[in-house]
Amino acid sequence: MYNPVKGAAEAILPIVSGMKLTMKHYLRMINPVTRKDANETIQYPEERREQFPRTRWRHYLTRYDNGLEKCIGCSLCAGACPARCIYVQAAENTDEERVSPGERFAVKYEINMLRCIFCGYCQEACPTGAIVLRKDFELANYNREDFLYTKEMLLEPLSTGTRIPLTPR
Amino acid sequence: MVIQNYSLGPIDLASIIPYVAMGTILGFILLIVPFVIWFERVVIALMQDRLGPNRVGPRGLLQTIADGVKLFFKEDLEPAAVDRSLYYMAPVLALIPALAAGAALPFASISLRMADGSVKSLPLVAGNVNIGILFILALSSLQVYGIVLAGWASNNKYSLLGGLRSSAQMISYELPMSLAILTGILMSGSLNLVDVVNSQAGSILDWNFFKLNPATGFFFPLGLIAGMIYLVAMVAETNRAPFDLPEAESELIAGFHTEYSSMKFAMFFMGEYASMLVVSGIATALWFGGWHAPFDFVLWNWIPGGIWFLAKLTFFIGVYVWLRATLPRLRYDALMNIGWKRLLPLSIVVLFAVATVDAFFFTKDTPAAISAPATPPSGTLTPMAAPGGGQ
Repeated sequence: MYNPVKGAAEAILPIVSGMKLTMKHYLRMINPVTRKDANETIQYPEERREQFPRTRWRHYLTRYDNGLEKCIGCSLCAGACPARCIYVQAAENTDEERVSPGERFAVKYEINMLRCIFCGYCQEACPTGAIVLRKDFELANYNREDFLYTKEMLLEPLSTGTRIPLTPR
Repeated sequence: MVIQNYSLGPIDLASIIPYVAMGTILGFILLIVPFVIWFERVVIALMQDRLGPNRVGPRGLLQTIADGVKLFFKEDLEPAAVDRSLYYMAPVLALIPALAAGAALPFASISLRMADGSVKSLPLVAGNVNIGILFILALSSLQVYGIVLAGWASNNKYSLLGGLRSSAQMISYELPMSLAILTGILMSGSLNLVDVVNSQAGSILDWNFFKLNPATGFFFPLGLIAGMIYLVAMVAETNRAPFDLPEAESELIAGFHTEYSSMKFAMFFMGEYASMLVVSGIATALWFGGWHAPFDFVLWNWIPGGIWFLAKLTFFIGVYVWLRATLPRLRYDALMNIGWKRLLPLSIVVLFAVATVDAFFFTKDTPAAISAPATPPSGTLTPMAAPGGGQ
């Protein structure tokens, strides 16, 4: 037989426990001591979530410690790219104007960021470790043309400021 | 706090009180709605470990006003196949009854020193109707038309389903709600909300929700049960979570207001919050002692009655928000089960129990009133004004 008291208890007790739970979270959030731990919101423009170490976002062309570019213009990245978004034009290094340690360097290096799928194959294919994908994820822009990243945009700035010429081998 | 009854010719302070009350309640409901929405968003956010709106104005206080401005400038879409006259009437029907019901709601009292030196306590209420609670019930049942007509006129299956659900739900929950209200007015002995509130003067023990003062009335668990039934039915009447089936986002897109945009949508939104405020006000007046302080201390009694009313109102809005943050939406058959199989029988039992207790223990003046009807108490609005329905 249906027991109304038991039925009412079965209906009301779960509601009470749920209400207690939300109230617990509310009290945790309004208490300034526990608020920092309880809060899940990251106030985006002011604070950013730390990206995972191997996150693949914006590309960079890296340099050696002495300032020379690592890229040797071999176009292996362009060949590995499944989205065909990399264009490399190579030129010969000379002793007077040495850009990279190898025979050749990239005179033009362009990535169409609208096509890029951030797979990281270019980074895997690169024999010198010149192209890397780093954590900068804010890539939005207003014009489609601005997504065509040129070599000047991709190249990381000189860390020391002066380029130490490599002694010719 | 006693205020001198200033008079300017035939107009004195006492005679303009209804107009002041009318302006206050209308202005209060219309102006407080953005902040109620802000309050709801922030409290729900905190209950879900979020921060809520905090960009527009201090702590996001102006967020809803910015949203209102946005809604005002939005395109006023009208789908091709709508029933035009009903489509335009529905939002008005959703908002106006909620505002009109506030007219019979007493929210404070003011003490005036009359010209002859006597102190008169006057309630702040726009229309001190002697059947105030019936007036409010009538308007709250009118409100369902706004939602049903919106669902019908939109010519959209989701809207129609939302409107149908709303009509079934509001009819189902109006019965236990009315019976619970009947229990409350039986305990107070008057249909006039001002007398209902005044019968609960004193301390928290005199409130209809508890009512365990042996001198004036002892209905302890009965008032509690009837009050709880009213609170459940009040949430269902205003279509709020967990009874928000008419606008169930996950099933019906937005239910009855799917096809509404711009200010028409804003009017539905306003109507929902206005009716929340009004039914919370009725709960305050009927069960929680209206503008009376919970304890009869001198210091507490110095706080104006309106502040106490506002505090109790805020508590109920908080409960609304708390429920919405906690409970999932009811399934349709569960909703009908609770309404018809649980709340309705329970409210009938409580009504009969209160009537029995009232008849046997607390009603001593009623036979005299019946036997001597020759001189009706002229001038006063209610024959039974004594607290607790007896002496």
